[in-house]
Amino acid sequence: MADQTLPIAGTLGVTPQRSRSSRLLAWLHEWVITVDHKKLGILYISYSLIFLLVAGAEAICIRIQLAMPNNHFLSPEVFNRLFTMHGTTMVFLVGMPILFGFANYLVPLMIGARDMAFPRLNAFSFWLTAFGGLLLYYSFLGGFGLYGMGNAPDVAWFAYAPLTEKAFSPGHSTDYWALALIVSGFGTLGTAINIIATTLSMRCRGMTLLRMPLFVWLMLVVSAMTLVTITPLTAAQAMLVIDRYLGGHFFDTQAGGSAVAWAHFFWIFGHPEVYILVLPAFAIENEIVPVFSRKGIFGYPAMVAASVGIGFVSMGVWAHHMFTIGLTSVGNTFFVLSTMLVGIPTGIKIFNWLATMWGGRIRFASPMLFATAFIFQFLIAGLTGIMLSVAPWDWQLHNSYFLIAHFHYVLVGAIVFNVFAAIYYWYPKATGRMLDEKLAKWHFWLFVLGFHITFDTMHFVGFMGMPRQIYTYLPDRGWGPLNLVISIGGFIQAIAVLIFVYNLVHSYFRGKEAGNDPWDAWTLEWSTPSPPPVYNFATDPVVYSRRPLWDLKHPEDPDWKYES
Amino acid sequence: MKSMTREYGARAIRLSPLLAVLLAARHAWADGPQATPDIFAPASTPAQSIVGLSIFTLAITGAIFVVVGGLLTFAIIRYRERSTDAASEPPQIYGSVQVELAWTVIPILIVVVLFLTTARIIFAIQDAPEPKSALDVTVVGHQFWWEYRYPKLGIVTANELHVPVGKATYLRLLSADVMHSFWVPQLAGKTDVVPNHPNETWIEPQHTGLYVGQCAQFCGVEHAKMLIRVYVDTPEQFAAWVHDQQQPAPSDPEVAAGRRVFETNACTNCHRIAGTPARGTFGPDLTHLASRATLASGAVINNPQNLREWIKDPDHFKEGVLMPAMQLSDLQIDQLVAYLSTLH
Repeated sequence: MADQTLPIAGTLGVTPQRSRSSRLLAWLHEWVITVDHKKLGILYISYSLIFLLVAGAEAICIRIQLAMPNNHFLSPEVFNRLFTMHGTTMVFLVGMPILFGFANYLVPLMIGARDMAFPRLNAFSFWLTAFGGLLLYYSFLGGFGLYGMGNAPDVAWFAYAPLTEKAFSPGHSTDYWALALIVSGFGTLGTAINIIATTLSMRCRGMTLLRMPLFVWLMLVVSAMTLVTITPLTAAQAMLVIDRYLGGHFFDTQAGGSAVAWAHFFWIFGHPEVYILVLPAFAIENEIVPVFSRKGIFGYPAMVAASVGIGFVSMGVWAHHMFTIGLTSVGNTFFVLSTMLVGIPTGIKIFNWLATMWGGRIRFASPMLFATAFIFQFLIAGLTGIMLSVAPWDWQLHNSYFLIAHFHYVLVGAIVFNVFAAIYYWYPKATGRMLDEKLAKWHFWLFVLGFHITFDTMHFVGFMGMPRQIYTYLPDRGWGPLNLVISIGGFIQAIAVLIFVYNLVHSYFRGKEAGNDPWDAWTLEWSTPSPPPVYNFATDPVVYSRRPLWDLKHPEDPDWKYES
Repeated sequence: MKSMTREYGARAIRLSPLLAVLLAARHAWADGPQATPDIFAPASTPAQSIVGLSIFTLAITGAIFVVVGGLLTFAIIRYRERSTDAASEPPQIYGSVQVELAWTVIPILIVVVLFLTTARIIFAIQDAPEPKSALDVTVVGHQFWWEYRYPKLGIVTANELHVPVGKATYLRLLSADVMHSFWVPQLAGKTDVVPNHPNETWIEPQHTGLYVGQCAQFCGVEHAKMLIRVYVDTPEQFAAWVHDQQQPAPSDPEVAAGRRVFETNACTNCHRIAGTPARGTFGPDLTHLASRATLASGAVINNPQNLREWIKDPDHFKEGVLMPAMQLSDLQIDQLVAYLSTLH
């Protein structure tokens, strides 16, 4: 089963001659100049994984500081920098690039193309994003500039005005934040344009829009959303820089500017951003759940409609981050309704995954373990989201640890879990070797345990009135024991991630040979050799249904008979 | 009826065994009296109606969780691969219009119910007309402390708010610098304190006591120590407090040396003491400093030792606070502490 040769030609039988020089420099040169979508995908993913470790280490420092009341592990200045950098890094240097990395690697393979529509724009976008990240981290050295020692931005990842204005944030740390996001934002825009162009114009013969794998559909929606929402963020950053250096007063409240305007600009980007991050996690789920349940996805047209629906509705919910800022009662009510509405297409997705599993024959290999945990956690994240959409309750829960618990349930419980699922699933394709399944199980169970110890508990400290972004708290508040529990969970997650990193490195050299199609899957990427050659497909594939490899494996009962 | 749902809700929450263990642990941990600003222990009108609404929401979301989580668990157990399974693939099912229609319509109905309930509470709280008898207080958020002004009573104080029980208090929220958020969970939800954007909130406490909270919008280095203390007094206590606060600062000749230290140093640039030349407005009003229980916006107990430490090195309790160390001699600090301690 695993190694059957598929009639779709995967290789020309000649491999381009390897460079005779095995020197590090030649290897490095190859990666720097590459315009191959697969290499760029791997670059994106590796870059994000490195920043995942960095931002994870920042989180661990934060958790040590908060484990006890009145702790003195970190000074308030350092604490504020660390949570700002943790948030900014996780969203902009981990979340976005890793998901675009998967899109880069997989979209052309899944639609039977030989590369992205604009390979050189692709490379340019990656390097912009990469240098944006480096610029942000250079602030640790250069942030305060002439004012003294370097420091990182300390204005929180949403950088509410007017704390970011010159009067309250002297030095250059806030400039590094704004400029790094502008730079990486342009990289993101380039990739989004590229993905849209690729999916619309590079599909192989027979691959109509309604035969595209759901993964590709979701990446198309995400890219369209990115085009719309990065723009206000970039505009806001430009206005902020104008305020700081050219005497502008957009957000300078001391001169009549508006702090509320910044909040609108930021969240009109920031909320769709959450969906930009979570839709790729759905995309991964849509590929893994059917393969490991051995059933085609349930309700494909509804899934496409729900994805596009989420894309549209999510553009109109941003002010639910601002229920406490002093909107009118009518304004609040409108955003309650739009926010609750977004729950309906999201619910449809959960039901469809459930129905896909229903009646299947579920194989709990490592990708499916993570993908199953995803459904549970995303369900809870969705329900706590509904709680937060109830504006009066949000007046209590907003900016409390309940909110932190909710969005980490989305960002870790849903997105990071599915990033892990995706790596276990596609690592064999990208490297030709399987990841070690025993280490994978250790990783999974420890991570699940740590995750729930940390983030389940956070909901309760939130109920007890603990706000976010405080570097310490008084013992009499009674938040001490729960915070200790949360910190312990953080360490368990860190151990799990280290096991994962070890597995990635170990299996690269020692892993079992994967073959073309280790999971007996149905989308086009599994018809190519592992790793796929530079040109992906020796001959252009032709498809007749949503699951071309199912049709090949089951000629007696192909999908195209049932698809209208 | 509403109070009954609240009772049930509160009991359900207390009965949750996980929480019971956690609550026990939390009592074993702390060494002093507890002052947890629990959102499920409301003591004032808006906070109470929010608890009612939140129990309702918890019930709905809890039911959804049980149903969907149950189905998922069932699917995992029932449909996992077994060694006895045939080698062929399971039957392929591509969708079902009826089923999909059902799980689209049911959520829509739930949203309609939840939305209407929520909208009612939003309007009830946000658009509640201010009663004539209400007490007006202007709250000014500063980088890392709170200023409270009672315009009709002529009182200015800091960090500790006094309000009468059983009567509405309307708080007008202003900011002197960056964005803050006023949050005392047991009294009301939070409302942001935004420069150039005056906001309003109100409370109507039913029980006397001390209610704690803190700034809930990141506002800079010492955001964590921008604490709020609200004393809900009986009408008599409140009247007595108002009377005391309306007096000018006592002037005791025994501490004239300390007063001179205060008035001849930069203290007066930022602090006001009514009845003296000190008229600064950047820092808290100190006219009745000794009547307050805490220093540094609720961060430490107000006693002579802490006051001395605070003046000597404000960063000791609150690193990054905007008050500078004045480099006074030990003698000057002793005199100053003696003077400030008389400001009842």
